[in-house]
Amino acid sequence: MAEVRLEKVWKAFGGNMVIRGVDLTVDPGAFVVFVGPSGCGKSTLLRLIAGLEEVSRGNVWIGGRDVTELPPYERGIAMVFQSYALYPHMTVYDNMAFGLRLAREGRAAVDARVREAARILQIEPLLERKPRQLSGGQRQRVAIGRAITRNPEVFLFDEPLSNLDAALRVQMRIEIARLHRQLGATMIYVTHDQVEAMTLADRIAVLDAGVLRQFAAPLELYHHPADRFVATFIGSPRMNLLPCRAVGEAEGGVMVEIAEGTVLATPTRAEESAEILEIGLRPEHLLCGGGGDAGIAGEILAVERLGGESFVHLSLVGDRTLVAKAPGGIEARPGTVMRIGIPAGAAYLFDRDGRCLPRPAFD
Amino acid sequence: MGAWLWLFLAGLVAALLAGWGRAPWRWRRRIGRIGFACLLLLLILYTVFPFYWAVVSSLRTGSALFSTELWPRDPAWDNYVAIFREQPFATNILNSVLVAVATVAVSLLLAVAAAYALGRVSFRGRLPLLFTVLSVSMFPQIAVLSGMFELVRAFGLYNRLGSLVLSYLVFTLPFSVWVLTSFMRELPKELEEAAIVDGARPVTLVLRIFLPLLAPAMVTTGLLAFIAAWNEFLFALTFTLSAEQRTVPVAIALISGASAYELPWGNIMAASVVVTLPLILLVLVFQRRIVAGLTAGAVKG
Ligand SMILES: Nc1ncnc2c1ncn2[C@@H]1O[C@H](COP(=O)(O)OP(=O)(O)OP(=O)(O)O)[C@@H](O)[C@H]1O
Ligand SMILES: [Mg+2]
Repeated sequence: MAEVRLEKVWKAFGGNMVIRGVDLTVDPGAFVVFVGPSGCGKSTLLRLIAGLEEVSRGNVWIGGRDVTELPPYERGIAMVFQSYALYPHMTVYDNMAFGLRLAREGRAAVDARVREAARILQIEPLLERKPRQLSGGQRQRVAIGRAITRNPEVFLFDEPLSNLDAALRVQMRIEIARLHRQLGATMIYVTHDQVEAMTLADRIAVLDAGVLRQFAAPLELYHHPADRFVATFIGSPRMNLLPCRAVGEAEGGVMVEIAEGTVLATPTRAEESAEILEIGLRPEHLLCGGGGDAGIAGEILAVERLGGESFVHLSLVGDRTLVAKAPGGIEARPGTVMRIGIPAGAAYLFDRDGRCLPRPAFD
Repeated sequence: MGAWLWLFLAGLVAALLAGWGRAPWRWRRRIGRIGFACLLLLLILYTVFPFYWAVVSSLRTGSALFSTELWPRDPAWDNYVAIFREQPFATNILNSVLVAVATVAVSLLLAVAAAYALGRVSFRGRLPLLFTVLSVSMFPQIAVLSGMFELVRAFGLYNRLGSLVLSYLVFTLPFSVWVLTSFMRELPKELEEAAIVDGARPVTLVLRIFLPLLAPAMVTTGLLAFIAAWNEFLFALTFTLSAEQRTVPVAIALISGASAYELPWGNIMAASVVVTLPLILLVLVFQRRIVAGLTAGAVKG
């Protein structure tokens, strides 16, 4: 269990600035997930912590030690790679024992640690196999097992589940959560998958083009995003953004006009000087068929039916579109007009700089 | 009679061509297979016959050498006995083995190290270096000869086996480096990184991770280097003087008969057969590995 601290970390590849001044502290024993669009620098940040890349500027601290200049094996970390990176010519046992043997551990100690890790991950029957004789899920377990045997202070995962099928992903996700509880080690985890991020993380770091946009607990990100980027990145389907303008004060918050005749009295307080330009509405907060505190009508473009729920795509006046979540069996036909109700508390208001105004949580 | 045969064949071909389009698929495939088998047979005949003839000739003595029968009437081992009696042929074979093995060992060692640098470490001038390595292998041997001779003399290696090992590296190293570099680049980067995180230093990395994974490629390049060293003639002729330092190809070329006017074909053939057998054996032993080495890069995807 160790704290990981990034101190104004910059990283450039050639002239290409990939990580821009990231400051981040991961508490000992925490589970932190890095998310962000492809190419935003998640893997690079993880590799900087691992020591597989050198920082261009800034410092990396692990467990109170400045490890900026240390090689990976002296940082007390273990890494699980997306492609598993098992040594193809070694048995599962040797794969897991490799690091320990390099560290000149005694034979008995190595054996005990490997068997313990194999027991935790339930791969004892596989110990004598070669990686090519394993399924994807089994390989993943071995890769995690290899990390466990080294008993690291910090686990680093780079999209470890992205090569698995959906069912196996769910299973491994639960297993990784269990592992975290069981080992109590600090874990840093990179993923594309929002569900993985929301369910596994104590805190999520949202990256955009090498900049840390927000670092907070999952529900905090959902209810109180720092800005437009985080607001649209967290949540699926993504938040609807509509232009709007403030038209006055109501008791407790500002009133915004979304479209002609649609005025919403939000509970969001705003300074007089705040220039509100956009309103964000999550599809799951919208009420198909009307209700709420304001309404807006649109023509149905398409209905995606997933069984338990449906997503209705509407076109509003002025070339704007809106997605709303609806019950699975909703009566809706493309081409017809539908009314959407908007609860006042659902609004996220963004100013000229894309910052999200402070708002009360909404359920 | 010949004319009739040709006419018959031409008719057969014409009939085949005419019937081809209408023949059922099954028949077409069957005929195709037979044709392919015939072609293979021809190819095998073409490639194996010279060796077969060497074997046959080596078992003949005297004027029987000039008979055209496919198998000698009374095969005799006289030639084989003679080559070992009349010159230090056993020593020559040993020399060849020593030189070839040393060449393979040294070139593989250097090539793996070079491949690691060229395939894995990115440094300025990597590509020009790689192409220099490749272009070295394109010099004709004769162009290198005099320069190499100076080098051999400078190292004091003249008339020693070391001179051959040194000079053979000129042509074994480029392709070894090239092949191993491309194999090295195929190995996933994450594998190396996993090992680094596990605590492997560069030497461990090469010995415990790369060497085992490169084994098929190394067998292939090693074998090619072995064959090249085993068969090399020009350098071996130039850099050795005494019969005891000669390698097999030179020794065979310098086998002389009882008089200046007699070429002892029987002895030469016997010697050739003796030195070809180890190669055939090697290839047979390693053939699976060789194929794996030649295709591994292609199918891994
Ligand atoms: N070794 C490298 N040399 C040069 N540029 C690199 C290198 N590694 C990464 N980059 C660049 O850095 C940026 C961030 O890459 P990184 O792999 O960290 O993205 P990522 O967030 O992990 O993306 P993904 O979700 O697709 O895995 C990309 O623009 C990439 O092209
Ligand atoms: Mg990545």
